Amino acid sequence: MTFDKISRRRVLQGTAAVTLGTALPLRAAMAADTTVGFIYVGSRDDYGYNQAHAAGAAALKKMPGIKVVEEEKVPETDAVEKTMESMINLDGATLLFPTSFGYYNPHMLKEAAKFPKLRFEHCGGLWSDKDPKNAGSYFGYIDEAQHVSGIVAGYMSKSGKLGFVAAKPIPQVLRNINAFTLGAKLANPKVTTQVIFTGDWSMPVKEAEATNSLIDQGVDVLTCHVDGPKTVVENAARRGAMVCGYHVNQSVLAPQAYLTGAEWNWEVLYPRFVKMFTSGEAIPNFYRGGLKEELVKVSPYGPMVSEEAKKKADEVKAALTAGSYVIFKGPIADNKGGAAIAAGVSRGQTDPELEKMSYLVEGVIGATS
Amino acid sequence: MKADVGAPVSAPAAKPGVGEFLRLPPFGRQFGGAAEYVVIPALALVASLVLFGIFVALFGKNPLDLYFYMYQGAFGTWFSWQNTLTRAAPLILTALCTALPAQLGMVIIGGEGALLIGALCATSAALALQAAPPLVVDVAMALAGMAGGGLWIMLSGALRQYRGVNETISSLLLVYIALAVLNFLVEGPMRDPTSLNKPSTPEIGAANMIGSIPGMDVHWGLAFGIIAAVLSYILIYHTVFGFAARVAGGNLRAAKVVGLNVGKLILIICFLAGAAAGLAGMMEVAAVQGRTNANLAAGYGFAGILVAFLARQNPLAVIPVAVLLGGIGASGGLLQRRLGLPDASVLVLQGMIFVMVLASDSLYGRLSFFKGKS
Repeated sequence: MTFDKISRRRVLQGTAAVTLGTALPLRAAMAADTTVGFIYVGSRDDYGYNQAHAAGAAALKKMPGIKVVEEEKVPETDAVEKTMESMINLDGATLLFPTSFGYYNPHMLKEAAKFPKLRFEHCGGLWSDKDPKNAGSYFGYIDEAQHVSGIVAGYMSKSGKLGFVAAKPIPQVLRNINAFTLGAKLANPKVTTQVIFTGDWSMPVKEAEATNSLIDQGVDVLTCHVDGPKTVVENAARRGAMVCGYHVNQSVLAPQAYLTGAEWNWEVLYPRFVKMFTSGEAIPNFYRGGLKEELVKVSPYGPMVSEEAKKKADEVKAALTAGSYVIFKGPIADNKGGAAIAAGVSRGQTDPELEKMSYLVEGVIGATS
Repeated sequence: MKADVGAPVSAPAAKPGVGEFLRLPPFGRQFGGAAEYVVIPALALVASLVLFGIFVALFGKNPLDLYFYMYQGAFGTWFSWQNTLTRAAPLILTALCTALPAQLGMVIIGGEGALLIGALCATSAALALQAAPPLVVDVAMALAGMAGGGLWIMLSGALRQYRGVNETISSLLLVYIALAVLNFLVEGPMRDPTSLNKPSTPEIGAANMIGSIPGMDVHWGLAFGIIAAVLSYILIYHTVFGFAARVAGGNLRAAKVVGLNVGKLILIICFLAGAAAGLAGMMEVAAVQGRTNANLAAGYGFAGILVAFLARQNPLAVIPVAVLLGGIGASGGLLQRRLGLPDASVLVLQGMIFVMVLASDSLYGRLSFFKGKS
């Protein structure tokens, strides 16, 4: 059959090239001392989750002896395993950052077991003792920055109605919604946050619909937790509402409507990790931190933000940075009339209970299921 | 009844004139002008690569570098070959989901839905049989996945046959229903309570995972895909049933006049098509993910449509086309890393190939070079 001929010829070409490839190393990348690979699930200029990581990767490019290779829009299937192997085999990468949550189990763990001498660092996963020692997970307590955003939103809202466009009712998202609402209630105890879940991380059409529907219901300050906040920020600004950003600084998209935002600070963390790696120091397998550890930051305040809002927000931000402030401190009621956190219970950031959050606090309009 | 009708109809198939009369798709005559069916798509491929080279040159990159890295990333090393074949494996199966109904003149584009339902059924089977030996679990998973996917596409076929609903639209809409069903089950009744930030079903267990083909880092889905493609080819081109399907696809009225049970053909072919995609879903669970979650909706079903059309709906041609598209996917990473091209550039190339191959359809039988050979 004709098709057999084609594939046989291709196989022969492949074999020839294997020989060639061994004879003439094609790895320009090997000139650098350390090659670091970054893998993103979406596009790296999404004004969101992936751009935040790409900004961290860009900070590494300035370091001497470090070569960065990047690949975007890699799905959470065996494609990411092959991408990691391709970076290892063809580019000589020795430190890898597969940044999307779904890359962790089974894909990154499988590769970490397969390449025990290389280092794999994952954003968001929960590394446990059973996982390979050359794998690690890191994450930032971005709810601290959301809490500060919430304070600003609470002061700036005239209607007392805030809107939150969220992807899925999972613990990380619920924690942001709750921290934002608790912040807003410091400014205005009667404030409400209406939540709309879009069902997935990147649903621009549903995000736009949710934004419009919230504004139609009287919401005048919006924020979100989706992979690319661009849709929410631009639509909110177009409709005359104010907006708090997420993941990265989106003020360029809506300079007049942008109040502040909760941002990742991977530009600080990644050089820190790479310095540990190149100096032979062990990167902790489980790494977490908030404003104090500079893993997250708050966007500079927009021109509309009042002095009163800035003052309160700065005060809480300073307390969080000093480590003397607890967001989830009882008594906190949930929005079904029960108690979420009992009086006298103080859940600091490292409390594992917070990683399992399944409730919405009083003042949030919406349901987790 | 089928035997009565099938035998006399299949007899004249050897005469080339009958093929013309029934307006069979051109590949029905492939043994006549075989060269044409290799050279024209190859020319279309070369033309799209040249166009893509120009496109890349406009971005200030050297097209020769481009071709080199594409070759390097897709077929240049043994690792690249494995990368390519891994990406091709699910595409062979999902392409059959479009290529098989195409024999009946149906355009089914819902392979993604059958894949998701197949994955859910396979996972459910594995979770229900946790105590059974791994071989039993894997066979049960495959059967459940194929049955689930098969029934899902058969639903589209039945809607078309008995309710006159356009199968293209219904199969596409069923993808979104399948996705909603998957999300509902994964985030609700089937959720593993420990899957906090990534709602998933419980794992099927390491013992039940299907490993790689010996000697290479490619899972067994590739072998099953090739077997399924070859069986489909034999079914369509070398059996009475397949001939009946092609007759119905060529001219529905003629098929009914000669007494073919078209409704049965539609249901069976749609079931087989869906079963192929369902098997792809089962393999994704059993060989890659180990459980069902939203990761499964990675677009293999949609990429399969492209493969089927590029292969001109020929089940055997699906194999090399899937390898080609797998290779483009595999080399896409290297293009991003070495040339700094965005991921979308790979989509541009895929689009160019698609348009070129479809446009080259008009060349068949018109190139004087091939005249006299057929």
